[in-house]
Amino acid sequence: MNPQKEESKKASTKTKRKKIQFSKFYPDFFIERDWDKCIKCKICIRECTYEAHGWDSKRETLTEDHAKCVGCHRCEAMCPTGALTIRKNPSDFREHDTWKPWFIKNVYKQADTGGVLLAATGCAVPFRNYWDHLVLDACQVTNPPIDPLREPMELRTYLGPKPDKLEVVLEDDKFHLKTKLGPLIKLEVPIMFAAMSYGAISLHVHQGLARAAKELGTLYNTGEGGLHASLYQYGSNTIVQCASGRFGLHVDYLNAGVAIEIKIGQGAKPGIGGHLPGEKVTEEISKTRMIPVGSDAISPAPHHDIYSIEDLRGLIYALKEATEYKKLVFVKIAAVHNAPAIASGIVRAGADVVVLDGLRGGTGAAPTMFRDYVGIPIELALAAVDERLRQEGIRNQASLVVSGGIRCSADVVKAIALGADAVYIGTPALIAVGCTMCGRCFTGKCPWGIATNNPELIKRLDPETAFEKIYNLVHGWAHEIQELLGAMGLNSIESLRGNRDKLRAVGLNEVELKILGVKHAGE
Amino acid sequence: MEIFIPNKEQAGCGLSGVINRKGELIKGEVIIESICCQMERGNGLGAGYAAYGIYPEFAEYYCLHVMADHKQALKDVEEILAHKCYLVHQERIPTRPTPGIVSPPRFRRYFVKPRYEGELREICEGTLDEDDYMVELVMHINKNVSGAYVISSGRNMGAFKGVGFPDQIANFFRLEEYSAYIWTAHNRFPTNTPGWWGGAHPFTILDWSIVHNGEISSYGTNRRYLEMFGYHCTLLTDTEVVAYLLDLLIRRHRLPIELACMALAPPFWQEIDRMEEPDKSVCTAIRTVYGAAMLNGPFAILFAYNGGLVGLNDRVKLRPLVAAKKGDYYYMASEEAAIRAICPDPEEVWCPKAGEPVIVELEPDTIPNQRSYLRGEALSISAPVCRFPLAAEEEEEEE
Repeated sequence: MNPQKEESKKASTKTKRKKIQFSKFYPDFFIERDWDKCIKCKICIRECTYEAHGWDSKRETLTEDHAKCVGCHRCEAMCPTGALTIRKNPSDFREHDTWKPWFIKNVYKQADTGGVLLAATGCAVPFRNYWDHLVLDACQVTNPPIDPLREPMELRTYLGPKPDKLEVVLEDDKFHLKTKLGPLIKLEVPIMFAAMSYGAISLHVHQGLARAAKELGTLYNTGEGGLHASLYQYGSNTIVQCASGRFGLHVDYLNAGVAIEIKIGQGAKPGIGGHLPGEKVTEEISKTRMIPVGSDAISPAPHHDIYSIEDLRGLIYALKEATEYKKLVFVKIAAVHNAPAIASGIVRAGADVVVLDGLRGGTGAAPTMFRDYVGIPIELALAAVDERLRQEGIRNQASLVVSGGIRCSADVVKAIALGADAVYIGTPALIAVGCTMCGRCFTGKCPWGIATNNPELIKRLDPETAFEKIYNLVHGWAHEIQELLGAMGLNSIESLRGNRDKLRAVGLNEVELKILGVKHAGE
Repeated sequence: MEIFIPNKEQAGCGLSGVINRKGELIKGEVIIESICCQMERGNGLGAGYAAYGIYPEFAEYYCLHVMADHKQALKDVEEILAHKCYLVHQERIPTRPTPGIVSPPRFRRYFVKPRYEGELREICEGTLDEDDYMVELVMHINKNVSGAYVISSGRNMGAFKGVGFPDQIANFFRLEEYSAYIWTAHNRFPTNTPGWWGGAHPFTILDWSIVHNGEISSYGTNRRYLEMFGYHCTLLTDTEVVAYLLDLLIRRHRLPIELACMALAPPFWQEIDRMEEPDKSVCTAIRTVYGAAMLNGPFAILFAYNGGLVGLNDRVKLRPLVAAKKGDYYYMASEEAAIRAICPDPEEVWCPKAGEPVIVELEPDTIPNQRSYLRGEALSISAPVCRFPLAAEEEEEEE
């Protein structure tokens, strides 16, 4: 799975013949150094974890190895004189609409290594992005818009199963609830942080996420990496994950948060498991995950105790029993063709929250073919699942959380209008702490100190900064959501939920409109 | 919480309602005078009235007021009724030619009971009650018979509505010939939905009738919520959802009317956070379970059932509503002038606060089949005015 690793193995066994590496000839990026500005301070050499910058001691000058540059822009950002610019490699292949450089280079890579193409982030293929074809409504005249700076504007959301109706009794001139409500999770803002494991990202980012979740009144998700001892204090803002590898999973862990998420699949790589390369498994990680230092942490594709929907029910109730029915159980699936029927089954199996992760959901490592071509866009899956659950009359039995490709607050508003109760964001939270989407998370060399556990590199991002940036981002989004709601004449988020009348589509065909349940602009 | 928003009120529709708590009948002229003094609040594209207690001779039967675009539509309706109901009486709704009312649809009323009586009734018991049966029937006709709409379907009550100014509609339906113990009236200034006869207010289902001034921004959410419970919105207007929500919350889910009003216009979380138990958990539960029933957007509504009249404002009071009382008479209207036009010397006049319902019920056992929803079915006390959070002392005083 890891091309570099395989490369180095092969290199060490067969040293005799020098092999041509075609993929090295055509770098993706081009490091441009302005020699007038460069003071040869060598900061670029220190900052670049991929060794793209070098020092020629004979000629006493800096050198560049463009082939090693991943386009993370760390050197450019850190250069004290602004002497560096990272460009797309200006060198072109002959133009060809089928054989674009991406495919040519991928073929070279595989010819060189014989391995599986590996990538990070989410789907990079320009499939239609439905968020960008949906527009929102606003009030004019007949209905006054509301100013959230002057009047209450409510984003509070409760996740969990709700009964279809309430019963009350009158005692001592006051109403008392007769219907017993199960545990519900209160979110002050309908944005949660998606599962990113400690191991995939650094402890500092986890600490930042946990603190931001606490201050914002929302939740973060541990991912499948267990829970570091320093993070147990954020329990009331934590979702712990139970994935197919069951890493770091014990009863204290299950009881540490307010919810347990069973991860069946992930939008970036539906149908396969996970892989944390041994390079990233340090002492601390090994303790948290309960695996030996340096060993690959491989999560199998299926849960080996879930081969059917009734097995899922078994696991849901095993987890509920283990936590005395005090925790909500989320079930996360990748959005695939048959998502509505699967989601219905999950609700009927007893899940309290269904999480749908779309095609564009991010990852730290996925086979490129899976990242780009498996699964369906979240907008369509969400609309179809919400509609299906309503038709079956079970929409109240579980909340619906979506993730995968949410980039801004308007996307959040659109998701809720299509029917989601809340969203997960992963990639935006990482970009908030400096990620430049270079997509080399699986190397463990993240120069920004995000997707790494190298003790030197993680110092580049301290927990305080991580917290501030993530908090600011969601705070800003929350305010934008309030403004958008107010403009639509709503003062509470529940009046937006499933309110597809507030959406209009621009440039979609009839099938798409039907699936989204949205009218075309002008209708 | 009091939120004062000056200069934000918009002239929209006009409302007026009156009830006599002892069930004494009020002449049609009274409500006509009240609504007509708010002429500026409409534009001649819709007006309507609901009257309770107008069919005492058929008080046991559901009265279907049917509006039809053509004869065939009426025939289709009659065929459905013949299959599904006992029809005891039917007649044309008396109208008179009125200047300004051009090519009105046909109106007929049918006094019916669900089909399964006697032995059949026993077999069907437990499957559906009569009200559910009638709701389904009305939904069926509205959805499937083209050109025909059931505009009211309650017992001993009826709705009269159409395109025109309120005086024209009253004249057209000869409303001065009716007397009722509850009247509501509406003068429409249509904006979002087309001005057509079916789109005029009041909207009704069973004996619920709604007149509404405002725009329901949460319509999409409310409609999809109601669809989960088998209601189909066919009348192209947002007010319809209010009628169905009341039917769902109060009649089917048996929520006390105070809590149903709370679900429609709930307190803000910041208020709920400051509440004491058990109010806090009741409010929280109402908001979490009935979040999709919340009516968001500016509104003032009057809704009536055979046992009472209720006025309700949205949670920030973006539309006007005034209430007044004199003796056994209670009045609610968009403007105080509309009340003073028919009651020059009220004992008390007040502006209900945002989200606080004014609930006026008949005295117990005033009429046959009287419905009372105050405090829930288990304990029906008729209190004239009830405000949330429950102010028990205040109520006592006013009794």
